[in-house]
Amino acid sequence: MDMNQYLSMFIDESNDHLQSLNEKMMELEANPEDLSIVQVIFRSAHTLKGMAATMGYEDLASLTHQMENVLDLVRNSKLRMQDFIFDTLFKSLDALESMVENITGGGDGKADVSTIVASLQAIVRGDIPTAGGTSTNDTVSAAAVNATNAPILLDEFQFSVLEQSLQEGHKVMYVEVTIRKDCQLKAVRSYMVFDLLERSGEVVKSFPSVQDIEQEKFDQSFSLYYITQKEAEEIQSMVLNLSEIEKVNAVALDSESLQQLGQETTAATLEAPVQEVPTVSPTQAAPVQSKDEAAKPAVRSGTNSAPSRTIRVDIERLDVLMNLFSELLIDRVRLEQLASEVHNQDLTETVEHMSRVSADLQNIVMKLRMVPVDTVFNRFPRMVRDLAKSLDKKVDLIVTGAETELDRTVIDEIGDPLVHLLRNAVDHGVESIADRIAAGKPETGTINLRAFHSGNHVFIEIEEDGAGISRDKVLKSALKKGVVTSEQAVNMTDSEVYQLLFAPGFSTAAVISDISGRGVGLDVVKSKISSLGGHVTIYSTLGKGTNFSVQLPLTLSIIAAMLIRLGCEKFAIPLSSIVETGIVKQSQIRTIHGNKMLEFRNTHIPLVSLSRIFSIPDYDESNEEETEIVVVRKGERLIALAVQDFIGQNEIVIKNLGKYLPEIQGISGATILGDGQVALIIDPNAFIK
Amino acid sequence: MAEDIKVIVFKLGTEEYGIEVEKVQTIERMMPITRVPKTYSFIKGVINLRGVVIPVIDLRGRFGIEEAEHTDQTRIIIVSVNDIEVGFIVDSANDVIDLNKDSIDTPPDVVGGIKAKYLDGVAKIGEDRLLIMLNLSEVLNKSEIVQLESIEE
Repeated sequence: MDMNQYLSMFIDESNDHLQSLNEKMMELEANPEDLSIVQVIFRSAHTLKGMAATMGYEDLASLTHQMENVLDLVRNSKLRMQDFIFDTLFKSLDALESMVENITGGGDGKADVSTIVASLQAIVRGDIPTAGGTSTNDTVSAAAVNATNAPILLDEFQFSVLEQSLQEGHKVMYVEVTIRKDCQLKAVRSYMVFDLLERSGEVVKSFPSVQDIEQEKFDQSFSLYYITQKEAEEIQSMVLNLSEIEKVNAVALDSESLQQLGQETTAATLEAPVQEVPTVSPTQAAPVQSKDEAAKPAVRSGTNSAPSRTIRVDIERLDVLMNLFSELLIDRVRLEQLASEVHNQDLTETVEHMSRVSADLQNIVMKLRMVPVDTVFNRFPRMVRDLAKSLDKKVDLIVTGAETELDRTVIDEIGDPLVHLLRNAVDHGVESIADRIAAGKPETGTINLRAFHSGNHVFIEIEEDGAGISRDKVLKSALKKGVVTSEQAVNMTDSEVYQLLFAPGFSTAAVISDISGRGVGLDVVKSKISSLGGHVTIYSTLGKGTNFSVQLPLTLSIIAAMLIRLGCEKFAIPLSSIVETGIVKQSQIRTIHGNKMLEFRNTHIPLVSLSRIFSIPDYDESNEEETEIVVVRKGERLIALAVQDFIGQNEIVIKNLGKYLPEIQGISGATILGDGQVALIIDPNAFIK
Repeated sequence: MAEDIKVIVFKLGTEEYGIEVEKVQTIERMMPITRVPKTYSFIKGVINLRGVVIPVIDLRGRFGIEEAEHTDQTRIIIVSVNDIEVGFIVDSANDVIDLNKDSIDTPPDVVGGIKAKYLDGVAKIGEDRLLIMLNLSEVLNKSEIVQLESIEE
C-alpha cells in the first residue's frame, strides 16, 4: 500500500495529538488528582500509537506504547502522578515531537529513545525515586553522584544475583573506570580491564553494555557491578596498573547500600535528561514539598472552548480561490457598467443583488485566510513551564485572546519573535524567587500574554510583573557601547531609552544565560516585526514590571493604499508610509546643489520626480504650474514624490510580480484594480537613502 | 520509433516556431498591459491573467527582430518553465500539430538571425514547412542581459 498519500494526514494529526497531549499534561500537572484528564491523555497517546504503527514508524509506536503503560497504571489508580513522572512524560513528548518533525522533513522518524524508554519502564516497575533521596549512605551516594556515566539500571534478576552473592559472603562492588582522554584504543583498554576483573571475579552488569564498549560506544568512562573476593582497594590498584587508565573508583556495597544505589541510579537516569541546566540551587536540596511547588506549572487560562469543527485546506487552494474571486469582482464591475447603460430594471436589480452577494463572499474569502493566534500561542505554556523550571523561578503564564485572528502569512512569521520576547520576560523580566520575596511580591511571577484587535491592527502584549527596566542601567550600557552620546542621553524620554534595547548588539543581561544568549538579540525581533509592517513598544515601571506591546497589521496581503495617476499610468502608494499629501507651486521648488528641494514644515526635503524615474511617457511635472505631492517617510527621513493626480484611497490586494522579472527598485509588487488592470505598488523606501 | 509530441505552432514574421504543449498553459488574445518601468525593453509589462500578475515578453524584441504593430492575430502564449510563468507576445498562434521526435534535427549554425542557443532544433513538416523548436529555458535565461540601471536622483 502506498503510504505517501496518508503521510500529510498522519503528520497533521500527530501534531494535533502532540499538542493536545502537551496541553492536557500541563492541565494534569495543575490537578494531578484529576483522573479524567489522564483518560484523555491515554486515549490521545493510544491513537497516536496506532497511527504510528500503521504508518510503520516503529520507534514512535514503541515510545508511545511505553507512555501508555505508565498512563495505564495512573488511570487505574495504581500509580500516583508525581514530579518526575511528569518530567519523563514531557521528555517523551519532546522526543515524539522531534520524531514527527523528522518525518515531516522527509526522514524515517527513527531516534534513539532507549534512555526515555528505560525511564518509563522503570516507572512501570515502580522504581520511583524520591526527591529526598540524596540524604542516604554517604559512600554510596558519593559513588552514585560521582558517576559521570548515566549509571546502571539493575533488573530484578541481576539485583537478586548481587544480593545473593552478598549473603554468601562475596564482596559486591560498584566500580567506575575512567580512561585517559588521549587513549587511542579505548575498546582494547576496556577489554583489558574486563579481562583483568574477570580473572578474580565476575562482572554482573556494565554500563554501557559490553557490546557498546567493544564498539567504543562510550565516552571516557564506564561503570559496572562486580562480584569478587578481593578488597576494593586491591581492585583499584590492580586496574590502575594497566596503562592509560586515569581513575578507578571501587566502592564495596552491603545489601542496604546496594538497594539504595540501585534506586539512586535509577533516579539519576531519570533526572539527568530532564535537567537541561544543572544549577545548584537551594530548592534542589529542599524537601519534596517545595520541589513540587517549584514545579508548579504555568497555568493556561482563557477560553477552554470545545474543539471547533474544521477542515484542513491547502493554503495554495485558498490563493487560487482568491484569484478566481478577484476575477469575479472584475466581471461584476463590468456588469454594473453594462447594466447602467442598458437601463433594464430587472437587469439592474439582479446585478445589484449579485453585487451584494459578492461583497459578502469577498468578506468570507478573506476570512478564510484568518487563523486564530492560538496556533502560535499553544506552544508557549509548555515553553514557559520548562524555562521557569530550568531557571528555578515560579511563573504563571496567563493567556488571553488566543481566539484573536490574524492572516496566515503573519501567523507563520510571528512565532519566533514572540518566543524571544517570552524567553526575555522569563529570563530577564521575572526576578528570582528570593528577589521577589525581598521585594515583597508573591513568589510566583505572572506573565500575561494577550492578543486583541484594535482598528485595523492586532496587538500582542507580553507583560510581566518583574523588576522593570532600569533607565540608568540601559543608558549606562548604551553609552559604554557607543550607541548614544552623553549629550543625547540627557534629553531622552523613557520610551526612547527603552527603544535602545532594540539596538543591534545591545544586551543588558549581566550574565549571558543559556536561555537568552542564543545569538539573537532584540534587534532581530524588531527587524522581523518591522518587516511584517508592525512595531514594538515597551512600557516599563521600575519594580512593577515591563510590557512589550507588538502591533501587527491584520494581514500582509491586503493593505490600504493611495492610488495615484502619472500620465495614463496608475500606481499605488502604501498608506502606512504616507505622511501627508499636498499641492506645491513651481515657485516653491528650489534647486539646491542640482537637486530639487521643497520647504516642508521648516525643513527642506527632496522632491523626487516619479515621472522621470519611471520614464513616464506622457507626463512631466516640470511643465505644470502646480504639482501634487505625496510626502512619504522612512524612519525620520521625509521626501516628497511628485504625482499628477490622486485617484483616492483603496484597499488593495498585494500580488507579487512573478519570478521572471528582476528586482525593480521603487516597485514592491502589483495589485489588480477594479477594472481588471494591473497597477504597480510603489515602495517609497527605495527613494530614501 | 521515437514518440510523438504535441507542439503549439506560432508565427513571428514569416517563420514558424514550436513549443511543446506541456509547457504552454494557455493562449490569450491581446489584453491591456501595464508597463513596468526600469526593466528590459523587451519586457512589455505585466498582465492580469485571471487574478495572477504575469510578466509579458515581446518575443520579437527578445530575439532582436524589429517589433511589429499588434493586430487581431496577435496572441499572448502563457508558458510555465521551471516555476517561472511568462507570457510571449507572438504574431499569431493557431495550430497544434503532432510531431515525431525523429523529425527534429539539430539546428543549423545560422538561423534567421536568432542565436542558435535559443533553438532546440528544426523540424521538417511535410515537403516545405520548417518548424523552429524553441529552447525555452535559454529564452528565459537572463544571465547574458546587462544589469539594470538603478534609481539615480
